[in-house]
Amino acid sequence: MALFGSLFCRLILGLVIAFLFMPILIVLTVSFSSSAVFAFPPPGFSLRWYASLGNADSMLQAVWLSTQIAALSTAISLVLGTLCAIAITRGMIPGAKAVATFMASPLMLPGLVLGIAFLQAARDFGLRDTYTTLLIAHVVITMPFIMRTVLASLSLFDFAMVDAARMLGRSYPAALWTVLVPNILPGFVSGGLFAFIASFDNYPVSIFLVDVRTKTLPIQLLNQVEMSPDPTVAAISALLILGTIVALIVCDRLVGLKRMASI
Amino acid sequence: MTLARDDLAVPPTPVSRWQFDAKALIAAPGLVFMALAFAVPVLMLVGDSFVDSQGLSLAGYRKVLGDPYYIGIIGNSLQLACITTAVCLAVGYPAAWALARIKGVWQVVLFALIFLPLTVSVVVKTFGLTIMMRRDGIINFLLVNLGFIERPMRLVFTEFSLYFGMVNVFLPFMILPLYSVMRMLDPRLMDASASLGAGPLHTFLRVTLPLTMPGVIAGGTLVFSISVAAYVTPGLLVGDRFMTMSQVMAKAYLNIRDFQLGASMAVIMLVISAALILASSYLVRSPGGEKH
Repeated sequence: MALFGSLFCRLILGLVIAFLFMPILIVLTVSFSSSAVFAFPPPGFSLRWYASLGNADSMLQAVWLSTQIAALSTAISLVLGTLCAIAITRGMIPGAKAVATFMASPLMLPGLVLGIAFLQAARDFGLRDTYTTLLIAHVVITMPFIMRTVLASLSLFDFAMVDAARMLGRSYPAALWTVLVPNILPGFVSGGLFAFIASFDNYPVSIFLVDVRTKTLPIQLLNQVEMSPDPTVAAISALLILGTIVALIVCDRLVGLKRMASI
Repeated sequence: MTLARDDLAVPPTPVSRWQFDAKALIAAPGLVFMALAFAVPVLMLVGDSFVDSQGLSLAGYRKVLGDPYYIGIIGNSLQLACITTAVCLAVGYPAAWALARIKGVWQVVLFALIFLPLTVSVVVKTFGLTIMMRRDGIINFLLVNLGFIERPMRLVFTEFSLYFGMVNVFLPFMILPLYSVMRMLDPRLMDASASLGAGPLHTFLRVTLPLTMPGVIAGGTLVFSISVAAYVTPGLLVGDRFMTMSQVMAKAYLNIRDFQLGASMAVIMLVISAALILASSYLVRSPGGEKH
């Protein structure tokens, strides 16, 4: 009976993994299809949709914009979030637990609600520049990922090492930079990766902030899927999937995937 | 990524001994930024829901809560989240169990396979799902070739495709928290229960389920809260045939420009999410679901 139960659970696990990968594999297959319609099975294979990416200007612009916003917002969150996390861990500010919860709370709110809040606030404050508005919003989106991982890393860090560096003549900022930063690098890498992905994939917040000429990739992709879905969309999606896998492998080499996921 | 759990690593502060330290200023840039860019906009949104062109008013809420159409939409969102969560739990529980019981390198590999789809953009996955659901897509291809149906049927824009897609996108969020709890469980407890004469069902109900309850609550809260607010997946898979709160909010701001309607709907969604988080943290602390 127990054996039957465990076989049953394993069967479900296998089916679940097949189920989860189905849409991803379909997108990959379609991107190599020789036909412009999405028939299954595809009539033949070709690389024409990858070749046509070179002409998809609006798509490439969107990729570039999303990369910039994700990289900049992750970097800003890393700096602001780490400084805040140090103060929280060291008990320098009162109500550390409440402050930590506040800094990590944007993750708990529905994305659309955040997006609407940013849209209204940008209007009320007269902030007209789409790029700046997007960047500010994405710092808020990425902050919780940095806070969670950096707080976890700092809780394992021995601050006596910073004091030692200071006694040996380093200033406080220099001591943090040369002693603390290398020690919690794995936290930066995993938090930074998740923050980057969260920003790069964000749809519900960005949809309220973009304009006709400044569109992030998820918005541009969805537009294309709704208006004129063709395998070009699949080709760019396939490249995105490939990019994600490469990033995961690189980070796995640096810090270990299990560790990233459990934090 | 057990996101909904209250597990931020913060050591207790000795509040009584706290005194101002110039080094505490390093927290200021981050805190000021989040106060201005996050707290103020959200509070302003809540404020906006109580204001119309004439001044203070509850017209937005009266419109939403007094109209059967909008009540039905709130019902749709809750139904969508309930069914998605229930299916994810029913499928995810045995899958997480198998994952936690498999040993060695296979566990790492299978874990990575559950985790990887989470890092693929929701827009890309939903696009893949719409291709699968086509009349000449793989679902119909399988159904016809396995002999379940005579000829391909229309799947896209049906509730079947909606739930299929929702479970596909959100299932890992159920499996990962369940797995992190089940991994810690001592399998000898189940053997002990069996050797004391309990049948498999009795063991499951009295030993396994209570011990894995924190994972069920964490995964359930997470899946419910993200699926009640889902926008991309329902929008592409059923569109206007199954209106949700997210759809109404987006339309209110982007199309019909009825800001008070949108703000009221947003605040109602905010209340639902907050209630859910409070309820789950209460459940995790109360007996029967205590943390270990």
